[in-house]
Amino acid sequence: MNDQVPALELRHVSHSYGARQALDDVSFSVAPGGFCVLLGLNGAGKSTMFSLVTRLFALHKGEIRLLGRDLGKESGAALAELGVVFQSRTLDLDLSVAQNYFYHAALHGIGRAESKKRTAELLEAVGLADRAKDKVRNLSGGQMRRVEIARALLHRPRLLVLDEPTVGLDIGARADILKLVRELVAREGLSVLWATHLTDEIEPEDSVVVLHKGKLRAEGKAADLLARTGASDMRGAFVALIGDDARGAA
Amino acid sequence: MTTPAPAPRRLTAAAYFICLQGIVWREGLRFLHQRERFVSALVRPLVWLFIFAAGFRQVLGVSIIPPYDTYVLYDVYITPGLMAMIQLFNGMQSSLSMVYDREMGNMRVLLLSPFPRAFLLFGKLIAGTLVSVLQVYAFLLIAWFWDIQPPPLGYLTVVPALLLVGLMLGALGMLLSSLIKQLENFAGIMNFVIFPMFFASSALYPLWRVREGSEALYYVCQANPFTHAVELIRFALYGQVNWVSLAVTAGCALVFMSGAIFAYDPSRGLMALRGAPGAGN
Repeated sequence: MNDQVPALELRHVSHSYGARQALDDVSFSVAPGGFCVLLGLNGAGKSTMFSLVTRLFALHKGEIRLLGRDLGKESGAALAELGVVFQSRTLDLDLSVAQNYFYHAALHGIGRAESKKRTAELLEAVGLADRAKDKVRNLSGGQMRRVEIARALLHRPRLLVLDEPTVGLDIGARADILKLVRELVAREGLSVLWATHLTDEIEPEDSVVVLHKGKLRAEGKAADLLARTGASDMRGAFVALIGDDARGAA
Repeated sequence: MTTPAPAPRRLTAAAYFICLQGIVWREGLRFLHQRERFVSALVRPLVWLFIFAAGFRQVLGVSIIPPYDTYVLYDVYITPGLMAMIQLFNGMQSSLSMVYDREMGNMRVLLLSPFPRAFLLFGKLIAGTLVSVLQVYAFLLIAWFWDIQPPPLGYLTVVPALLLVGLMLGALGMLLSSLIKQLENFAGIMNFVIFPMFFASSALYPLWRVREGSEALYYVCQANPFTHAVELIRFALYGQVNWVSLAVTAGCALVFMSGAIFAYDPSRGLMALRGAPGAGN
C-alpha cells in the first residue's frame, strides 16, 4: 500500500437525525503515522463522526476511506485496520482482562496462541502485566482505560480512533493516558484520531481538526492554527475559531 | 517502531471458526458466571413438572395420540413443552442480554469485528442455542429420576430438534431485542410474548382438547410457532419426525433470523432510524 494514502479520509460527510443536522459537509484526512486531534465542544458532532467511522451508523452522504478502502464497499477489510476506543466503557466487567482480550482477538479471527502472546506484550506496554487475571470490575478507572486502549491494538490496526478517552479521569490519569497513547503510536507506527474538547491535550506538532455544530471550522497543524489566530495558546485559538460559543471550552 | 504494519489479515475459514468459537466461549462464560440464571432456568420447568403436572395428573387424562403408542401420564405429556419452555426463556434471556450489551457498549465490540454482521449475529444465536440445549439436558436428567424416561435413543434424536428450536426462539428474541429501546421495556415482552406463546400452544394440553373448548383458540394454537416447536421436540424425543412442525419451525427460524439481521444492519435496519447501539450522541 502506498504510504501516501491517508489513514483516514472523510469526503463531504453529512449526517442528520431527523431534522437535526449533526454533521454538515465535513471533509478532512489523517496523514499516515500522524496524530490528529478532533477538537470540538460537546454536541459538536464528534460522537456521530465516530459512529460513522466505526460503521455503527450507515453513511448516507459523503465518503469515508480507511487506508484507501471504502468503508461502505469494503467494510470488513476496512474494519480490520481499525482500532477503536469508545467514550463509554465497552469491557465486560465480569470477565478477566485476559478473557476480554481473548474474546476481542477471536472477533478478529486471531487464534489462542497469538492472542496470548499479544496480550502479554500489550499489557506489559501499558504497565498492567500483573493484572491479566484480574476481573475488569476490580480495576480503577484509569487502569480500565489503559486496558481498553491496549485492547484496541490487539489485532494490530493501522489506525486508532479514540473518542474522548480521558473523560472521567483525574488529571494524573489523563496525563498518563495521553503519554501512553503517544508512546504506543510511536512504538506501533500507527495513525491516530483523538477526539477531545480539552485543548491542553494538544501538542504543537499535532494536526488539529476543529469541529463546531457539525461543521468543520479549521484544519491544520496546531502551531499553524496558533499563528493564524494570533492566540498565545490552543485554548485561545479554539475560542477564536469557534466564535462566541466558546463558553465552557477547556 | 518495533512492530511493522502487516498486510491486512485474510478472513479464512479457520478465522471464521476462531471467531465463532470466541462468541460461543464468551456466552458460555457469562452463563457460568450467572449461576442464578442456570438455577432459575432449571427450577421453572421443575416447578411445572413436580407441582403443576402432579396436580393435574388426575384431572387431565391424555389419550393415545402420536407420537405416543400407549396411554401416557400428564407429566410425560408436558415434558416436551417444558423443554421448549426452557428454550423460550433462554431465547428471551439472550435477547435481554443483547439489550444489556447494547446499553453497556459490548455490542459495539461485537459489531466492530471485520466479519460479516450476519455471521456475527448467527454466532450469537448458535452460542445462545448451545446454552439452552445444556439447560434442557440438565432438566431431562432430573426428570429421569421423576420417571420421565423417553427411549434412550430419543436423547440423541432430539438434539437436531433442540438446535432448530433454539435457533428459532433465539432469533425471535434477537429480533425483539432490536425493537426494545431500553432494558426496562423488557417486562412487556415477557407479558406479551412469552406467556401468550406458551399458553396458546400444545405445551400444556393436546390441541384436540383445546378444540373441544374453543375452535378459535384451536386455530390460534395451530398458528403459533411455539406449538410446532413443542411438537417437533415431542416427536424427536420419541425418534420420529413431525414434518409439518419441522417445516414451520425451520421457516420461522429463517424469517426471524432474516428480520434480526435486517434490524441490526446499519444501512437499512431500525438502528439507522434510531441511532447506533450505545451511541453517546
